[in-house]
Amino acid sequence: MRYAETGYNLEIDLSRGNIERVETDPKWTELYLGGLGTNAKILWDRVPPETEPFSPDNLLIFSTGLLCGTPAVGSNRTIVSTFSPQTQLMAYSMMGGFFAPELKYAGYDKVIFRGKSPNLVYVWINNAKVEIRDASHLRGKGAVETQELIRKELKDPNAQVAAIGLAGENRVFYASIEQGRSSASRQGIGAVMGDKGLKAIAVRGTKDINVARPTEFLELCNEVLKYIQWRNENPIKNVEPIFQGLGSPQEMAIIDEKWHTTGFMWGNARTRRKDFWNKEAEEQWKQTQESVRTRLISCYNCPMKCGALISVPGISNYMMKCYTKLTYTMAAMSDLEFGFRIAQRATEYGVDGYSTPQVIAFALELYEAGILTDQDMPGMPTGTEERFYWLLDRIVRREGIGDVLANGTHWAAKAIGKGAEAYAHNNIKKHEQLPLKLGMLNPVYFLMYCTGEKINITQIEGQFPQEPFAAKEQREEFVKDWLQVPDEKFKQYFLDWDPRGEHSNPYYPTIQATCEIVDWMERMHYIDDALGVCAGLSSFPLKPPYHMHNYPSFISSGAGIAMDEAGLTQVARRNRTLIRAVNIRKGMRRADEKPPEDHWRKRFPELEEKLLDEYYKFKGWDHQGIPTKASLRELDLAYVADDLEQRGIIRNEQG
Amino acid sequence: MSKVKKKVIKIDLEKCNGCRACEVICSAFHAKPQYSSNNPARSRIRIVRDPLRDIYLPVYAGEYTKAECSGKDKYVIEGKEYSECDFCRASCPSRDLFKEPDSGLPLKCDMCEDDPEQKEPMCVQWCLSDCLTYEEIEEEAEEKIKLEDVEIGLESLVDKYGFQKVMDAAARMTKKD
Repeated sequence: MRYAETGYNLEIDLSRGNIERVETDPKWTELYLGGLGTNAKILWDRVPPETEPFSPDNLLIFSTGLLCGTPAVGSNRTIVSTFSPQTQLMAYSMMGGFFAPELKYAGYDKVIFRGKSPNLVYVWINNAKVEIRDASHLRGKGAVETQELIRKELKDPNAQVAAIGLAGENRVFYASIEQGRSSASRQGIGAVMGDKGLKAIAVRGTKDINVARPTEFLELCNEVLKYIQWRNENPIKNVEPIFQGLGSPQEMAIIDEKWHTTGFMWGNARTRRKDFWNKEAEEQWKQTQESVRTRLISCYNCPMKCGALISVPGISNYMMKCYTKLTYTMAAMSDLEFGFRIAQRATEYGVDGYSTPQVIAFALELYEAGILTDQDMPGMPTGTEERFYWLLDRIVRREGIGDVLANGTHWAAKAIGKGAEAYAHNNIKKHEQLPLKLGMLNPVYFLMYCTGEKINITQIEGQFPQEPFAAKEQREEFVKDWLQVPDEKFKQYFLDWDPRGEHSNPYYPTIQATCEIVDWMERMHYIDDALGVCAGLSSFPLKPPYHMHNYPSFISSGAGIAMDEAGLTQVARRNRTLIRAVNIRKGMRRADEKPPEDHWRKRFPELEEKLLDEYYKFKGWDHQGIPTKASLRELDLAYVADDLEQRGIIRNEQG
Repeated sequence: MSKVKKKVIKIDLEKCNGCRACEVICSAFHAKPQYSSNNPARSRIRIVRDPLRDIYLPVYAGEYTKAECSGKDKYVIEGKEYSECDFCRASCPSRDLFKEPDSGLPLKCDMCEDDPEQKEPMCVQWCLSDCLTYEEIEEEAEEKIKLEDVEIGLESLVDKYGFQKVMDAAARMTKKD
């Protein structure tokens, strides 16, 4: 009997219309756990590096995590993996909500799509019955609207539906997949779904998920719940409101936006407005937020309320979470009401809330600079807000200049030329980043920005405070109940970290300590992404309920796989190294691993080189960031070493 | 008539965050062996959800009934439309709710009284939003004999197949070993 997982994947060939239920190898669960780990293994094995993202041979995988569908609190993530049309690297984007547990209850751990359907279709998974159904009547429909229409058509209000909007259908490089209150938005996976002719997946399941040692597993779940309750009642002191609690940033609950609006950049990641947040702004924004926010809502089996139902008068309801609340507002230099209003249209179109406003602000900057002209934008209205709608409408339809902008700032700048590339200034590996421009280099963030395989800072950071605390006593108080540290030395790193002087950024934490901190942070993300536990209860916030010390027992008692901290660390390293190898095989090298040029004003080229050198060494990679043969073998990835060697990527002289 | 202590789950609709933890823990608690599996379709509490219309209505399983009722009224509460069925706790022939997905046998909330008896039903314990709270009220009522799960199941089988067929099947089963 398989525990926590179902032991079956669905393989759907959209070209041939073939559907198979395939038993999976339990050995893979031991090695990679599931979710992102086994997705990476499948992509490595089955998608050769020459495959274009829009090739029928590219795979699109919807995966549950190992613990999804068990009572483990907050284990509800769907991990979608493929290759990105924008970065040309492995793309993995994740969504919470209700899809993954439903898929488990239907009897599957993953749905793996290959091929391309000649006509627009959707897939209906109802326990053992799986159908490919015509979706021509859904062409052009909004991503939220589609979910509703499908539920009605199937007469099943409890079906969970993941769908793309117009942006995905038209292969916009930053198209998202929307599902209930959640979305998998980054790196253009919605475009791959559209390219495959797949409008939506609906799933309904009524089968059991078993756990290996029930009483022990439930005791762990109860402990997590108790800790969440305690953490909710005891917010962390001496940090901004946004860092105090659990969950993904509590943007729907929090009114106080001083930290984002005065610290993050407005426009095309250009303008800092240090004085923006005043009494007047606070009152106006409070009124806006409270008038449109109908209810705070959760994902499956999670007490946190990170999302909200948004009801703006005159337009359809939609659901939102996190920072999208501000991205359109700030890119357009507008107010919160505009942000909530345009996000509704953007959600129906199915576009990423990070990239989209930046692409539009970038286009408007090019227009101001005379690089794009009235000839490129015939009929564009005059106001900035109207222009945002105008460009958004054109991007998702790939009309006129929208066709160029639909590929993101990197590719659009290349196509436009005339110096446009200087305006695509906020990218890493061709992918738009959070609009942050800071002063002093932070060594921990430097490494995370450079080397994060997700190419998204929020999916690698967490655990360790972003800034040192001013007073020694505050630090001492913070470390007192810091039970999540995998090793006591992390407490000392934090205690010794000063805002100024010898023990401050960029030379402190030391290079060694920096490598260790980054390693801990990303390790937690890799574990979450394999188990399907939300980062908001684990890798992302300070002092989370899931950590290195209780995760092994969750895996042992839940999945029946013998696991301890050393073993779990090894699995996380294996998954992390495998994804690195997938990207290395796609051509990624050291030269690609850099933050946006202007991310920090104060840069330290020599230190930065050393940081990369030491981090690569720490990880068992060579000077180019390529995993060494020895480290691959140690991680049971000899097959990866052999392949990289055959391709001449690992040179013969390398260890 | 005498005073009877009645156990009640009080439901505050405004506080529901739609997470379905109540369904998760209910189905796990009632699994055999306890907590060995989990499946909201077997839960004795379900949330009637329509997130885009802000409808979150937890309802826990009540009596089994063999006949469909005629009530199909609509209620509009604060602009949100509910059907009479949404509030109904019965395991009835008109819908899939509160039936074992494999056997179709009816499910009924037992306030987590079995093995070991919980001080509050599990769904209440796992509802950190305090949408579900537990109360004991006293009311004048005739004391009723509480039906065990097996009896409720048998009753529905008798309704479906007739008493004689169920008896025959039971007799055949006892002879088997």
